Amino acid sequence: MWRDHLTEIIVFSLLFLLVSAMGFVAARWRAPRDMAHLDEWGLGGRSFGGWITWFLVGGDLYTAYTFVAVPALIFGAGAAGFFAVPYTIVIYPLVFLVLCRLWSVSHRHGFVTPADFVRNRFDSPILALLVAITGIVATMPYIALQLVGIEAVLKTMGVTGDSALARHLPIIIAFAILAAYTYQSGLRAPALIAFVKDSLIYIVILVAVIYLPYKLGGWGDIFDAADAKFKASPAPGDGILLNANNQLQYVTLAFGSALALFLYPHSITGVLASRNRDVIKRNMSALPAYSLLLGLIALLGYMAIAANVKPLPGAKAGSVDGNTVVPLLFDSQFPDWFAGVAYAAIGIGALVPAAIMSIAAANLFTRNIYKEYLKRDASPAQEANVSKITSLVVKVGAVACIVFLDPQFSIDLQLIGGVIILQTLPAVALGLYTRWFHRTALIAGWVAGMGLGMWMLYQVGNPATGKKHFAGSAFPLSEFGFDTKKTIYVGIVAVLVNLAVAALLTLVLRAAKVADGVDGTTPDDYFADEGDPRVTPGPDRDADSAREPVA
Amino acid sequence: MAAPEPEAPTTARSRAKDHSPWNWLLFIPIVVPLIPAFFNADSPRLFGFPRFYWLQLAWILLGVGTTTLVYQMTKKRGDR
Repeated sequence: MWRDHLTEIIVFSLLFLLVSAMGFVAARWRAPRDMAHLDEWGLGGRSFGGWITWFLVGGDLYTAYTFVAVPALIFGAGAAGFFAVPYTIVIYPLVFLVLCRLWSVSHRHGFVTPADFVRNRFDSPILALLVAITGIVATMPYIALQLVGIEAVLKTMGVTGDSALARHLPIIIAFAILAAYTYQSGLRAPALIAFVKDSLIYIVILVAVIYLPYKLGGWGDIFDAADAKFKASPAPGDGILLNANNQLQYVTLAFGSALALFLYPHSITGVLASRNRDVIKRNMSALPAYSLLLGLIALLGYMAIAANVKPLPGAKAGSVDGNTVVPLLFDSQFPDWFAGVAYAAIGIGALVPAAIMSIAAANLFTRNIYKEYLKRDASPAQEANVSKITSLVVKVGAVACIVFLDPQFSIDLQLIGGVIILQTLPAVALGLYTRWFHRTALIAGWVAGMGLGMWMLYQVGNPATGKKHFAGSAFPLSEFGFDTKKTIYVGIVAVLVNLAVAALLTLVLRAAKVADGVDGTTPDDYFADEGDPRVTPGPDRDADSAREPVA
Repeated sequence: MAAPEPEAPTTARSRAKDHSPWNWLLFIPIVVPLIPAFFNADSPRLFGFPRFYWLQLAWILLGVGTTTLVYQMTKKRGDR
């Protein structure tokens, strides 16, 4: 019953209203002279310094869903769920240099999306369209998943109804407010709200990792309780350590996810909004603070085991909603008012990435579909306008996903999303280093990787839940004919095949002397920094436009 | 990676580009956290944490330390 949770609901609502107000005020924060430009609305004027970028990118990558789902995974499967930690460690050294090149070339040419870069580098509208569509398709379920995070909190507070509409009304209202201030303030809104979101999360987690072990008998007891649970369970893959069969999966999943993360349009949006290369490099050193947070949050799953939390029932009869374990843990261990703060942290935590993701998807549509195929001569003001409207459409779509479909469907789609976004790696990430690949070969590689990835995901079933297809990303190597029980992450295999096809076909096409278009970038573009002239002029207030472009 | 263009635009300052031997250090925090043999064990425990958990959390420091070192050593000096 919601009446038992009144204090929590009041605290949650107050904090929610506070950040909503901030979202609307954000339009005036670091106000530009002319908001009607995609650089301003969609990239915050490309002017964010170290601190804002840290909060923005941190708030963007470590989403509400992560905070709810990773501990849920640990709660259910143990050590295998801890992959999120090595994943978010290897990512930063991995992209340390890559993102600087992307920032430079985008600064020079005014690129807003990764597809803009591909269009220019490989002179291929089709390849750019594929990259754009891949990005949009991978991002949509990710936005929907943010709602799953909010929903887990609302469910725990007892805010549920009998009809589908009553149950989803709070989420619809929350997203309507989010849509309104994103429309008005663009990327400035999540950048400003991220300060509140992350401060709340840091406070909640610090309190949780000090106070809860004290209440539950210490860390040693918490791990022992988890160990006892997994030893008693019949499932072969769980435990507080990895076993011989899931180590390869653990490592390939961590590495593959790391490769994929900065290919997502919303991560790139956060990076392109920073002021210069130094800001990016310093952030690559500072962002792992969030990984420590994530590691500690993951362990909340074990605390929930030690505290005897029983997850709430899921959408279908007989199933449980694992995502509710963390909210339930807070509910049972914290005083009501602090549980309310913790819920607000998760709820607001959903808004920041949802806003950035919808902006990123909208930018892809505007730059790579609208401008490329519908209206070639669109003015900057028209571009900004189309992006604003598209961001609304994207959010309506995400809400519809949650209201009309089983949330499990969004989770499956997000799993697929990681595999498909990886298929843009050769064109986007390797493209930043080399123009060696032939544009047609890259398209063929994308098709091959995508096809294989889909086939492999289709094969993955889960006997425990009775799902036959799309039940996970751990592909049994025995399907390839190997005599082993080991599993591997689907995305890694798919992207390797993608690369092999692209490389072989490049050799063939080069030998056949098939036309390969013109590279629109020069080697020097990849090292440009703040203050260097742009090929494409930015909006009026931009310092660079004072010194006119060369080109 | 292509060599610097011989006739680069005159506006481009000559700078250190991104080539530095220090960058090779970045491979350490990419490879080490992905070797389960290092961390996949219970003992020794630290503050009650099995090795699997405390060592993987400790790799965060390895990552931060390496990226900070590389940033400091490759930073452009005196031209801003």
